[in-house]
Amino acid sequence: MVFANVARSTLAACTLSALAFAPLASADEIQLNGSGASFPFPLYAKWAKDFSRKHKGIQLQYQAVGSGAGIRAFLAETVDFAASDAAMNDEEIAKVPTDKGVVLLPMTAGEVVLSYNLPGNPELKLPRDVMQDIFLGKLTTWRDERLQQANPGIDFPDDDITVVRRSDSSGTTYVFTGHLACASDEFKQEVGHGKSVNWPKSFVGAPKNDGVAAMIKQTPGAIGYIEYGYAEATGQPMASLQNKAGEFVKPGEASGQAALASAEFPSGDLPGYAGTPDLRVWVCDPTGEAAYPIATFTWMLMYQHQDEEKAQVLREFIEYGLNKGQKDAPKMGYIPLPENVKAKVEDALKLVGDSK
Amino acid sequence: MASNPFAHIVTQCSGPPSASDYAIDRALRMIVKGAAAVILLLVAYIIFELGRQALPAMLNFGPGFLIGTEWNVQDQVFGILPEIWGTLYSSLLALFLGGLFGVAIAIFLTQDFLDHRLSNVFRTIVEMLAAIPSVVYGLWGIYVLIPLIRPAAEWLHDSFGWLPLFGTDLAGPGMAPAALVLAVMILPTVAAISVDAFRRVPYKVKEAAYGMGTTRWEAILKVMLPTASSGILAALVLGFGRALGETMALAMLIGNSNQISLSLFAPANTLASLLASSFPEAGPVEVQALMFAALALLAITLIVNVVGLWVMKAATRKFEGKA
Repeated sequence: MVFANVARSTLAACTLSALAFAPLASADEIQLNGSGASFPFPLYAKWAKDFSRKHKGIQLQYQAVGSGAGIRAFLAETVDFAASDAAMNDEEIAKVPTDKGVVLLPMTAGEVVLSYNLPGNPELKLPRDVMQDIFLGKLTTWRDERLQQANPGIDFPDDDITVVRRSDSSGTTYVFTGHLACASDEFKQEVGHGKSVNWPKSFVGAPKNDGVAAMIKQTPGAIGYIEYGYAEATGQPMASLQNKAGEFVKPGEASGQAALASAEFPSGDLPGYAGTPDLRVWVCDPTGEAAYPIATFTWMLMYQHQDEEKAQVLREFIEYGLNKGQKDAPKMGYIPLPENVKAKVEDALKLVGDSK
Repeated sequence: MASNPFAHIVTQCSGPPSASDYAIDRALRMIVKGAAAVILLLVAYIIFELGRQALPAMLNFGPGFLIGTEWNVQDQVFGILPEIWGTLYSSLLALFLGGLFGVAIAIFLTQDFLDHRLSNVFRTIVEMLAAIPSVVYGLWGIYVLIPLIRPAAEWLHDSFGWLPLFGTDLAGPGMAPAALVLAVMILPTVAAISVDAFRRVPYKVKEAAYGMGTTRWEAILKVMLPTASSGILAALVLGFGRALGETMALAMLIGNSNQISLSLFAPANTLASLLASSFPEAGPVEVQALMFAALALLAITLIVNVVGLWVMKAATRKFEGKA
C-alpha cells in the first residue's frame, strides 16, 4: 500500500515535471534575447515578463549588462535586440552588419537626480552655478554664500563636500555630464562629456547606482548623481535644480515630460540608412520653465532585416511597450513618452522586419 | 591442522602484479600527468590570450603605460601607475595587519593557550571568514566599518595631519577601510596555513627548548616561530596574492580615484578594481589598455610569488637546517 502510494506520487511528480519542462523543449517556442542598458532594466524586464505571459510560446528576456556591452552584443549579433542609454554613435552605426541594418527606437525616458547627505536632509535647492562649481571640484564646502541665499532655511554644516561619482562607465554619467557640458563650457573643457569622464581626483567613485546611493547615505556632506527611479525607490533625498529659465524644479514625472517636450528630433535620416528616421535626440539643457534640467530618452536597438517570425514578435512587443507598457513607467520612476514621440516610434517600427 | 591460517592473506597479497595492475597504474599516471599538463597549458593560454589582446596597447602606449597617471577614456590616454601603487600599498597594509593577527592567532591556537577542543572550534570560526562573499565584505565596509573608523580618522587627521600618512580627511571610502577589510579577508588564509605550520613542528622540539631552560615565550618566539617560518612565509605569500587580486570589496571601498597618495584616508584605486569597474562598458581601445593592465597585475603576482618562494627557501636553509 505504502509502496503503491510512493510509486503513484513519484509518477505524478515525473508527469508534473515533464509538463513543466515541456514548453522549453517544444520546437515552435520562440526565444528572444535582449541585453543592454541597466537603467531601463526594471521596466523592460516587467514588459518582457508580462508580454511573455500573455503570448503562449514566446519567451522574451532582457539582461542588464550595460549600454556599451549591449551595443557590442548587438554588433556581434549575439542578441535579438539591445538597449542603450547613449543610443549609438555614427561610428557604431557604421559597424552594424549591412545585411542586418539597425533602427533606434526611444522607448522610455528618465531623469538623473542629485542626492545628498545633510543633517536632517532638508529640501535642497541647487543654483546652476553652484552645481557646476561642485562638479568642477571648485566648490568644496557647504558653507557657501550662494547656497545659503538659495536655501535661507537651511543651516549648512561645516562639512567638506564629498562628491560621489560612478566608478564604472555608465549611461547615467553620460546623461549627467551631457547636461553640465551643455550648460558650462568650462565643464566641457575640463571634465568632458561621456560614459566615463575625467573627474577631479578628489571625487570618490562608487560602482553602480546602488554603490553611489549607499556611499551618499553613509557619508555626511556627500552629494552625487543617481537615476530618479532608483532614488525614488530607495527614498533618497533629491535636490531641486535650477533650469535654464532660472526656476528651481523638483524631479518628477511632470517636470521630466516638460523637459522632453522640447526635444527636437533631427530632420535627416540615420547615417547610411536612407528612409530610416534618426530618432536620436538629447535634451541636454531644456528651456521650458517647468522643465527639470537633466532628462533623457533611452533607446532600443532593433535589426531591420531579420527572420519575419521573430520580427513580428518584436513589433508586437514594442507596440505593447509603447501602449500598455507606458502606463507602468511612472509607477517605476520613468517618464512616459510624449505623444508626438510615440507616433514617431510607431512609424519607425514598420522598419523592423522586411514586410512593410 | 594442516590448513594454513594465513592462506587467505597470502593469496591476496603476494604474487607479481597482474596485467590489470599494470594497466591501472599506467592509466592513473597518464591521467595525473595529463591533469598537470592541462594546468600548465591553461596558464600559458591565459597569458597568451591576454598578451595577444594587449599587444596593440603595448605597441601603442609602450612602457609609458606603466608610469602614466591618467586614465582618460575621452582622450584615450591610459596609464596605470596610481593603480599599481594602490594595489601594492593596500596589499602591503593588509599583509601587515592580516599577517600580524593571523600569526598571532596561529600561536594562540597551537601553543597550548587553549583547550584542544576549544581551539578547534576557534579555528573553524576563523576559517569561516573565508566563506563570506566579497560583496558582503564590501557592504560591511560601507555600512559598518567606515562609520566606525570615521571618528578615529578625524582625530588622527586633526592631531597628526602633518604626517603624510594622515594628510587628508576621510571622506568615506579610501585606503584605510579598504586595507582593513582586505586584512580581514586574508586573515583566514594566513591563520589556517600558519596553524598547520606550527602543528608540523615536532613536539619534542619544544620539549627540548623547555629542557634547556627557556621560558614559554622564549620557546615560542625563538624556537617555534623560526622552525615554522617557511610555512608561515608560505601563508603570507598566499595571503598577499589574495590581497593583490581582490576585486569587488575593493571596488566598493577604495574610492576608485586615480591618485598616488601616502595618506591612509585618501581615495585610491587598484588594478583589479579598475578592471572590474571599467570592463563592462569599455570601448575597443580601452579594452586593449585593460588587457595590458591585467597583464601587469599578472606580472606583479608572479614577481611576488617568485620573491616569496626565494625568501621561503632562504628561511628554510637558515632556520630549519635543510638545503
